[in-house]
Amino acid sequence: MATRTLTIDNKETGASTQAVYEHPFIVRLCHWLNAASLFVLVGSGLQIFRAFPSFGAKIPQKNLIDWPSSLALGGWLGGALQWHLTFMWIYTATGVVYVGYQVFSGNYKQALFMRHDLAGVWPMVRHYFLFGPKPPTRDVYNPLQKHAYTAAIGLGVLSILTGLAIWKPVQFSWLAWLMGGFHLARLWHFLIMWALLAFVFGHLVMVVLHGWNNFMSMLTGWKKDPDYRSE
Amino acid sequence: MNRRELLKLTPVVALGAFALPPFQKPLLKAGLSFSDWASAKLFRTGHLAPTFNNSDLTALDKFPINNYDIDDPGVDFEKWTLTVSGALQKPGDYRLAKIQTLPRVRQNTRHVCVEGWDVIGRFGGARLSDFLQMIGADTTARFIVVECADDYYESLDMATALHPQTLLCYEMYDRPLTREHGAPLRLQIPTKIGYKQAKYLTDLKVTHVLEKVGYWEDQGYSEFYGV
Repeated sequence: MATRTLTIDNKETGASTQAVYEHPFIVRLCHWLNAASLFVLVGSGLQIFRAFPSFGAKIPQKNLIDWPSSLALGGWLGGALQWHLTFMWIYTATGVVYVGYQVFSGNYKQALFMRHDLAGVWPMVRHYFLFGPKPPTRDVYNPLQKHAYTAAIGLGVLSILTGLAIWKPVQFSWLAWLMGGFHLARLWHFLIMWALLAFVFGHLVMVVLHGWNNFMSMLTGWKKDPDYRSE
Repeated sequence: MNRRELLKLTPVVALGAFALPPFQKPLLKAGLSFSDWASAKLFRTGHLAPTFNNSDLTALDKFPINNYDIDDPGVDFEKWTLTVSGALQKPGDYRLAKIQTLPRVRQNTRHVCVEGWDVIGRFGGARLSDFLQMIGADTTARFIVVECADDYYESLDMATALHPQTLLCYEMYDRPLTREHGAPLRLQIPTKIGYKQAKYLTDLKVTHVLEKVGYWEDQGYSEFYGV
């Protein structure tokens, strides 16, 4: 894929900085709208969960956890459902536009984990977790990043499918059946939420570690002086 | 930043409006309406809810009783009738025995509560569509409205009312409906969420316009909530 680059010359020092256009507008827009709607869905979802905080029988009801209302959104079940049933559309729409754009533009190659990325996984794990040397980077994302982003998209798809099975266990009875029925679909939906939150946590840690320049690229699209083009 | 770039940020601004108190309520209302519209589109008249074996049934004593008010509104079974009115040919008071002359349907279906729990129950009764035929209802009307002995009220879209699994239910587990489950007559609708399936029916109206939607809906719950 052709990459747009820019060279910024500093007239006083004579030094030149390179910048790469990493994230097209539509990707950045979907990223932020989707991130905001995920936040709303988690908050309202936990308030909905408060109405029946269990995955067992109703009688006798064994509560899993008394999730505090202060860490939830919507105030009561009806209010939370309004948030959830509104933002699930925004979440899905931004997800569909994002994936659609990535596929049709070919931009997906930047983030999709593929077979040839396998070899790079172990060196990257050694670098991140075992103080190993940093492997040379050629792409926008290293194999572990690709793995994380690909998994996040997969989780996003699963969160929508499990949600659909809970919302419409009759109209999408085949989907609920695939998940082991309405009852289990509700559990998968809940577990996928935690998996997505784990991704978000790791994602934010990496953003903080890699600094402002990295964060700005998801706002403006441009990354200044990326390490993978310093050849 | 030029005008074109500002325009591109409209979706972000629109999303931000949800955080502003004066916009929040109408925006969420619009979101819920959109969701209900999509729900109605996803409803298929010929698609049956899954049915289950007797071995899958939740025991009757494990079948939850959810009421907004009281478990037993003290209906006098001797005097009870279903008062029928609205866009139909034969308005009046219908006794339970009259409703029971219609073909009896028994089905094991899943009952899903908005709270998140679900049970599989065995229900018996007359098809609402058969009853609507009996009373000569105008099925081009949009809604069925029911009122209950405990002052609960509900409404139902006509497509769901005509669905073959939508019952005027007078039996559970092959026994007459008990008081706490809505005796003598309740709605049982496997394609709807629990709160739409009103108990202790006293009045049924066929209508083109809704004055109020339902006890919970009028406090902010989804109007259509098909499952």
